[in-house]
Amino acid sequence: CSFRDIALMSLAFSLVRFLLTPSVLLLCLSVIWGDQIFIDNEWHESCSGRKMPVHNPATGDLLCEVEEADTEDVDKAVQSARAAFQLGSPWRCMDASDRGLLLNRLADLVERDRLRLATLEALDSGKIFLMAYFVDLMATVKTLRYYGGWADKIQGKTIPVDGEYFTYTRHEPIGVCGQIIPWNFPVMMFAWKIAPALCCGNTVIIKPAEQTPLTALHMACLIKEAGFPPGVVNVLPGYGPTAGSAIAHHMDIDKIAFTGSTAVGKLIQKAAGDSNLKRVTLELGGKNPNIVFADCDLEYAVEQAHSGLFFNQGQCCLAGSRVFVEDSIYEEFVCRSAEKARNKVLGNPLVPGVDQGPQIDQKQFDKILELIESGKKEGATLECGGGPWNRNSLFIQPTVFSNVTDDMRIAREEIFGPVQQIMRFRSVNEVIQRANATHYGLAAGVFTNDIDKALTVSSALQAGMVWVNCYNAMSTQCPFGGFKMSGNGRELGEYALQEYTEVKAVTIKISQKNS
Amino acid sequence: MLRVVLSRTFPRISGISNCQYSAAAIPVPSAQPEVHYNKLFINNEWQDAVSKRSFPTINPATGEVICQVAEADKADVDKAVKAAREAFRFGSPWRRMDASDRGLLLSRLADAIERDTAYLAELETLDNGKPYAVSYSVDVPMVVKCLRYCAGWADKWEGKTIPIDGDFFCYTRHEPIGVCGQIIPWNFPLLMQAWKLGPALATGNTVVMKVAEQTPLTALYVASLIKEVGFPPGVVNILPGMGPSAGSAIASHMDVDKVAFTGSTEVGHLIQQASGSSNLKKVTLELGGKSPNIIMSDANMAEAVEQSHFALFFNQGQCCCAGSRTYVQDTIYDEFMERSVERAKSRVVGDPFNMKTEQGPQVRNTEQFKKILGYISSGKREGAKLMCGGGVAADRGYFIQPTIFGDVQDGMTIAREEIFGPVMQILKFKTLEEVVERANDTKYGLAAAVFTKDIDKAHYISSGIRAGTVWINCYNVFGAQAPFGGYKYSGNGRELGEYGLDNYTEVKTVTIKVPQKNS
Repeated sequence: CSFRDIALMSLAFSLVRFLLTPSVLLLCLSVIWGDQIFIDNEWHESCSGRKMPVHNPATGDLLCEVEEADTEDVDKAVQSARAAFQLGSPWRCMDASDRGLLLNRLADLVERDRLRLATLEALDSGKIFLMAYFVDLMATVKTLRYYGGWADKIQGKTIPVDGEYFTYTRHEPIGVCGQIIPWNFPVMMFAWKIAPALCCGNTVIIKPAEQTPLTALHMACLIKEAGFPPGVVNVLPGYGPTAGSAIAHHMDIDKIAFTGSTAVGKLIQKAAGDSNLKRVTLELGGKNPNIVFADCDLEYAVEQAHSGLFFNQGQCCLAGSRVFVEDSIYEEFVCRSAEKARNKVLGNPLVPGVDQGPQIDQKQFDKILELIESGKKEGATLECGGGPWNRNSLFIQPTVFSNVTDDMRIAREEIFGPVQQIMRFRSVNEVIQRANATHYGLAAGVFTNDIDKALTVSSALQAGMVWVNCYNAMSTQCPFGGFKMSGNGRELGEYALQEYTEVKAVTIKISQKNS
Repeated sequence: MLRVVLSRTFPRISGISNCQYSAAAIPVPSAQPEVHYNKLFINNEWQDAVSKRSFPTINPATGEVICQVAEADKADVDKAVKAAREAFRFGSPWRRMDASDRGLLLSRLADAIERDTAYLAELETLDNGKPYAVSYSVDVPMVVKCLRYCAGWADKWEGKTIPIDGDFFCYTRHEPIGVCGQIIPWNFPLLMQAWKLGPALATGNTVVMKVAEQTPLTALYVASLIKEVGFPPGVVNILPGMGPSAGSAIASHMDVDKVAFTGSTEVGHLIQQASGSSNLKKVTLELGGKSPNIIMSDANMAEAVEQSHFALFFNQGQCCCAGSRTYVQDTIYDEFMERSVERAKSRVVGDPFNMKTEQGPQVRNTEQFKKILGYISSGKREGAKLMCGGGVAADRGYFIQPTIFGDVQDGMTIAREEIFGPVMQILKFKTLEEVVERANDTKYGLAAAVFTKDIDKAHYISSGIRAGTVWINCYNVFGAQAPFGGYKYSGNGRELGEYGLDNYTEVKTVTIKVPQKNS
């Protein structure tokens, strides 16, 4: 990931040093602003009386306990969201430009609390503080501002239908939207979900991941502070099989958006089919090919392929986890990639200079190690890493496998950890065919200086995003989503608005039509 | 009237404290706001005119000089164009800036203007004469909304990829046109500035703007905010000056890529000619109108009277979209007339800083003032019936009584020419077909309105009228989201809305040969 502003970085370094003094750290912990369920702009205890623990994955320490939402709480939230969506409600009567203004106000508040949110995010998810500050929070602010701008630009059309009629379309909000988000980019995913939904005028019930509810609850405070009417956004921390399932099956939720694993994506789609045919958008897993041709800038490609996989501890649905390298530069590429991985500094994500934190939890940790073992067993060459780092913790050594073949489990399954697979290829047609031989289709990268290869490969790849001579180059203006089993629909950009609007065609009989 | 304007302008939500207005919340104005800026704004710096000349700007309510203002001429226009060209250079900070950051700058400008609402409203009232309550609650909030709206477009102005025939990959880039000359009028100084700057800057152009010599002060203060929020030097240049010198220099300039003008149809002709005889710069024009306002017998009478009054008398009648031909169906003509006269007589004319005032002076422009009085005489001479008003309303300043003419015929001068003052013409009609034909019998085509409860009549008239804007059961409803512009002699192109962006964009088609095309 690239930072354009070195000055800001050094500022952040000094902030971090300040932050690490025990008193400030304590302050950050003492200002967890929300640990309850947020419904109707009020804080609620769970109906069941249950709470769930929230841990710091870097240390295993308990950060706090949070009220755990279940079916009954979901019902309460849906009632509140439905009331906020009623015809004639303040939210429905509001000028679109004022919806935009609220989103802009929310962006300003996130910017105000950026340090606090980044700290909370690093503590709760184990991600590198600097990344949280520069990448996650920056993207959050930009996403909110971007959709703030769309609110009064979602335009219907007037349509020249045959006959003596006047026809126009209204782009109306869908209604109550359930949104379920993952733990790898907690606050950014929160913004990706609520911003387009709110700018189109929907109301929202959002369930953050049970591992990382804290920034979402802080956002709930800011939503209230910004002045969103009660019931427009409801935040319910809870588990997938209980609260998540209740949202997916609910008969009075009009749409559900889910980001997470492909396995759970299938359950969501089924739940919609079993219940009220709610609209479904899914942002699921990936096993993304990153194709490196011999004519590229090698050092740059190594660097991009490295960050394309290891960014965020490898916990990205976008991770470039199948690096296809052209035969003639293969050995050199592997050698430099392993070198880069070996140089990674693991440690406390709050400490400057550390560039890899812990995995999110024991379950993920065990799964990653199991896949690493399968790679060794199935005959891939382990270039570096290959095991846990620092006993009794959730850290995993940066791992690089070479001589990976397409049939190995590490070449087919999403690992979601710091494990890079490097494969060899000879021809353009071959690599296109191999890159597409997966049930995923989220993202892909191509490194080449040849414009013909770049355009040929990018149009042949079955993936929602193709990066040419870059990786992970995302921006809020650009749509994001998957082909095949990587998902349904698109987030971000203008395209996301379609996922949160119903189109109504109004036709009026008139006495005489004229062009 | 004000109530109507206010209810239209004020947000209905209570959650956002900063955008809550109510009549009670309008702060007591200072009638003598300090003037901070009176020079030319070029390259983010304040400069004297090359000629060292200046001109007085006058308070139209009293006729007193407010201050001297530097007077730009051709040499200053050249300097400003050079600065704007440099700011537009390939590789410049402005050209390299993320579109979202251009949007952020416009948002920040909106924030700064919102912060200084009271001061800007005072200055606008001082310089232009419009009632302070209107400056404060209509003009400035609409400026803020316009800039915020355009800010949002900056990173949403998308090109396309296009499935052309053959083994090619084709896409369009929406690029800024370049250096844009903009010439704005004195009737809504701040708002016209925002209408011009918002789309031009959102799409990445640079600007050389000439503001009207009658009302330069608020534009110069906004220039200081442009610098404050961080626009790079040269992106916006503001030149107070006269039309025949500075304005003409912009319109004829060989290195200005586009000119946008709002003003009279007469000057619009000159601008178009100047483009033709210089470098064929792109031209958009927002010109005069003689807008019909049609009242059907089934309309809600009270609402139609109030809205028609507002349609004409708003802003001292100095609106290009003023509803200056009020066509009333014969069966309700007498009642409508009676109630309209009653309403006009109750209109409060006077000190624009007084909160009760509905109508201030005409803008300081002796010629304009005489012209309005001349139209009133012609109306009497040609046989229209003067129902109220008809003369000067005070012994100093430029005040004119709210005036209504009845029994106006389509051939009369007051029914054909733009008056741009508080003079209302009421005409009688019988049938739908007749009124559409008569309404269209003008060289203008800016705006129109119809008042009726009948959905068929509403559609028949709104599609039959040749005008860029048609209001149904309302008048003067503007939103930054909706395009505005004229048919026929009322102009070329559209401002505001997504359409407004087209007028500041060059479309570039890029086509790349590929080895093999696939869908």
